[in-house]
Amino acid sequence: MALSDWLAPDMAWAAFSVIVPLAAALLSLPLARHARYIALPAALLGLIVACASAAQVWLHGAVLLAAGGWAPPLGIVLRLDGLAAAFLVLTAAISTAVAWYALPQFAARGASESRSGFAFWPLLFFLWAGLNALLVSNDLFNLYVALELIGLTAVALVALDGKPAVIAAALRYLLFALFGSLAYLLGVVLLYAQYATLDMTLLRHVAQADFATLLAAALMTAGLLAKTALVPLHAWLPPAHAGAPAPASALLSALVVKGSFYVVIRLWFDVLPNQAGAAFTTLLGTLGALAILYGSALAFRQNRLKPIIAYSTVAQLGYLFLVFPLAGGAGEAQPWGAAAWSGGMFHALSHGLAKAAMFLAAGTLIQAVGHDRIDGLDGIARSMPIAAFAFGLAAISLMGLPPSGGFTAKYLLLTAALAAGQWGWAIIMIVGGLLAAGYLFRVLNRFLLEGDRSATLQAVPAGGQIIALLLALAAILLGLLSATPYALLQIGRPDAAAGGLS
Amino acid sequence: MTGITLFGLTGALVIGLGVFGLVARHHLVHRVLAFNLIGSGIFLLFGALASRSPNGTDPVPQALVITGIVVALAATALAVTLITRFAEASGRTHLPDDSEDGDGAV
Amino acid sequence: MSAWLPVLVLSTSLVTAIAIFPLAQARQRLRTGVNLAGALAKLALVAIMLEGVARGEIYETRLALLPGLDFLLRVDALALLFLTLSAVLWLLTTIYAISYLGDSPHLSRFFGFFSLCVAATTGIALSGTLITFFIFYELLTLATWPLVVHRGNAESMAAGSRYLAYTLAGSAVLLIGIVWLESLTGPIEFDRPGQLVGLDPAALQAIFWLLIAGLGVKAAIVPLHGWLPSAMVAPAPVSALLHAVAVVKAGAFGIVRIIYDVYGTGLVFELGIGLPLALVASFTIIYGSMRALQQSDIKRRLAYSTVSQVSYIVLGASVFGPFATIGGLVHLVHQGLMKITLFFAAGAFAERMHAYRVTDLAGAGRSMPWTAAAFTIAALGMIGVPPMAGFISKWYLGVGAVQGGFIWVIPVLIGSSLLNAAYFLPVVYRLWFAPASGRADPGSEGPLWLIAPAVITAFAALFAGLLAGLGLSPLGWATMIVTRNYSP
Repeated sequence: MALSDWLAPDMAWAAFSVIVPLAAALLSLPLARHARYIALPAALLGLIVACASAAQVWLHGAVLLAAGGWAPPLGIVLRLDGLAAAFLVLTAAISTAVAWYALPQFAARGASESRSGFAFWPLLFFLWAGLNALLVSNDLFNLYVALELIGLTAVALVALDGKPAVIAAALRYLLFALFGSLAYLLGVVLLYAQYATLDMTLLRHVAQADFATLLAAALMTAGLLAKTALVPLHAWLPPAHAGAPAPASALLSALVVKGSFYVVIRLWFDVLPNQAGAAFTTLLGTLGALAILYGSALAFRQNRLKPIIAYSTVAQLGYLFLVFPLAGGAGEAQPWGAAAWSGGMFHALSHGLAKAAMFLAAGTLIQAVGHDRIDGLDGIARSMPIAAFAFGLAAISLMGLPPSGGFTAKYLLLTAALAAGQWGWAIIMIVGGLLAAGYLFRVLNRFLLEGDRSATLQAVPAGGQIIALLLALAAILLGLLSATPYALLQIGRPDAAAGGLS
Repeated sequence: MTGITLFGLTGALVIGLGVFGLVARHHLVHRVLAFNLIGSGIFLLFGALASRSPNGTDPVPQALVITGIVVALAATALAVTLITRFAEASGRTHLPDDSEDGDGAV
Repeated sequence: MSAWLPVLVLSTSLVTAIAIFPLAQARQRLRTGVNLAGALAKLALVAIMLEGVARGEIYETRLALLPGLDFLLRVDALALLFLTLSAVLWLLTTIYAISYLGDSPHLSRFFGFFSLCVAATTGIALSGTLITFFIFYELLTLATWPLVVHRGNAESMAAGSRYLAYTLAGSAVLLIGIVWLESLTGPIEFDRPGQLVGLDPAALQAIFWLLIAGLGVKAAIVPLHGWLPSAMVAPAPVSALLHAVAVVKAGAFGIVRIIYDVYGTGLVFELGIGLPLALVASFTIIYGSMRALQQSDIKRRLAYSTVSQVSYIVLGASVFGPFATIGGLVHLVHQGLMKITLFFAAGAFAERMHAYRVTDLAGAGRSMPWTAAAFTIAALGMIGVPPMAGFISKWYLGVGAVQGGFIWVIPVLIGSSLLNAAYFLPVVYRLWFAPASGRADPGSEGPLWLIAPAVITAFAALFAGLLAGLGLSPLGWATMIVTRNYSP
């Protein structure tokens, strides 16, 4: 078969992207502690499938695939468009990096580590399968199943360590996640009662702006926001993300919270673009702005490395919700369309790469120092320059400084805000960038202090540092080579992305 | 009052009971039970809607409810496992008050 | 080939940085070799392009960031003026830094970030669009910070935080200005007249001040200059980089680009924003000199002198007329040559005879004659003694101001020259005529590589003045830029 045949529009890459990690997860259950031998090959296969999906979308446009040949409303449709493809590649890249990073850590040495060594690999692949299922679903109930799969594996990943404080964090996360799922499910049931279908394309054509629909949408959104940890539903995130083992933290902060955000975007931009209303979009934007300010302020007050990064996630998630008030608007002067929507999606992608890099870099630093108080990191750049550099590069993207994916995102969001004359949101973004610089340079300052601590450090393999550096470089390159991901995101872009919600 | 309406109302009542339990009780097992109540109420509601269809019983909600029950089972299993481990490790059955500073792990 | 020249010249510094970072501390010879090879390769490329641009060629490399938003490297005459300066000074500063730092710790980190700074400066010089400029402007901020905090002690850290607070806040303001402008017009490309036609004048004025405020932080325009004196805790080569090669120049160069290539002198005149900027620049010139007079620490005196001198460039850009423009542009080069000489010399005095205050310099002319001579030439140039480089700048600025009807600039120039004399001549006096009595350590000249850079730049500054009439002198090149691009 020629390459073009492999990428033909009828190839079921959307389905493969779920099947491959699912198979790896199921296979790693009986393999138990030997699962690590299949982890890297399976991850690489998943990465290839994700790239093939993206190439298929790039060549042929958005692909719809009726599972088992049944048309909706009875059958289930998988959809692969530019947005889904971009997130598939992101998920695959980060999962592969994490798998590679985690190989020495979860090598199942000794009795105390055996449980986490056994559980990590199936959890990683179940999470990956759940995320991919979520990305390609075009059916609201399918999304529910995917959300639950993601939520439960994420909770289990948090609890891997087994310390009481961490289990408490996992339980609190579970309570929020279950609340979120049930609220979402109730909304789904109400929508089905109204329209007798859960296919997102069909729903868009029949959905009204009546009370039942809006109630259903509100329930679903509230549930999803709890899972995305948007302020004021964020309380579970910092202890959970800070308490999990570093590779798990990377997955949670980079991907899991993005999953539920992705559903919010799908719900409003693809299914209900004409039902949102200005009050609702302003509310989401305001919560996002609060998240930026509040998350940054709390990140400033932490004295441990991982809580700083976790609160930074709370703050960074806020930017994503500025998409709602900013979508549409004016902007005839710009040669690109849908600036706010594209900027938001860019932000999700670059934050994913940068945050994963930062957690992995932090993981190696903490491993070397033995604890995660930042006053223990004085002068660490001398002994661990690669990890320090990776942390710094990731920080650049999180601050939204060029050249990085975070800057491209900020530039797009800012042009959208100022073209529409919405100065308030623009100021929030600028202030948020400065606050991020404040709490991140507080850490970076430590790295460059004088003194040589190499005698007191534990030896850490260079591999983990290099993986963190590669992810951070990817976040930087996303800003320099932004034309291609931008063009990919535009394939199958919803009309509301350019026209705005109404 | 038709049977369908009765099912629907019962479903709503069970959901309400679950939400009340979630708010009023802090024992972790009670909370998990409350979530199960909410879930059951939603499934009951869904079942009632299934029989409302004009051309016989709608099969889709039934399929979805079965899936949902499996998911709820998995969630409950995970929750109970975590609660057991938490109780064993800390001797407590309630979550401690919010402490915002997480405990760092590698 | 010619489409690749801008990328090649950028990568000479960038690749050097990437190659140096992973080198172990002990690989002294390899590090030096890579560093010098990069700097020499850059000079060779610059020479090729000088010849081409003099013939009227323009080199461009373009990469789309977003549809219509281009990353554009473009070598025109103005870009090359700044590029040549930074390329020459990079080589000399590298040579100086290698002997100055000796075998102090973190050398690979130091020279890596140093090369990265030069790469950022190259990018700033070659930027063909506003967004490209901003990318490199921020890269410069980030790459300079590790150098400012290089010593890693509490004082350096405080200076570094101050530097970041000023520059990051400044670039946030700059970014608002850029995005506001581009939200009205679409992406801005330099040297493409008519992009701003038909926009609301009030908005254009507000945007102009946002841009100037953002750039003014790096250009150390009063009251945005506070970071510069405190950054003096960094090692001497870093000071040279901040004051002569990269940072303050980047700000001043940006202001020149905004006035000539984004707004255009016609629009600046119509909007009435040239005069207030000229006033701010004049105030900075006088204020900087007065503060310099109060400093007893040599490096702090030089720092305030920079605050004052860089605003000559801004003054030349904001006063209309070809002569003032030439004066401002040529001062970009002249100030760089003279100020780097002063810092090389000050670093050598500190290193060889532990002289940190002006009074410590007594008798240095006898123990360190070459260094003292270089310092003297540069100081006289700064004062503007004819026929030194500084005189040429001030002469053209003065003539231009008269032509443009800004007569009040003349007393500013005279006043600042008097102040320059007042704070430089006592130093020169101490070097040569004060008795060296009471000094435990009379000091001695350092190795050749510590002396040579200062002597070379001092003579370059001298010849830039003496031979200003030649076509390839800084003055000749600045005149070519103005006749080619900005003459009305």
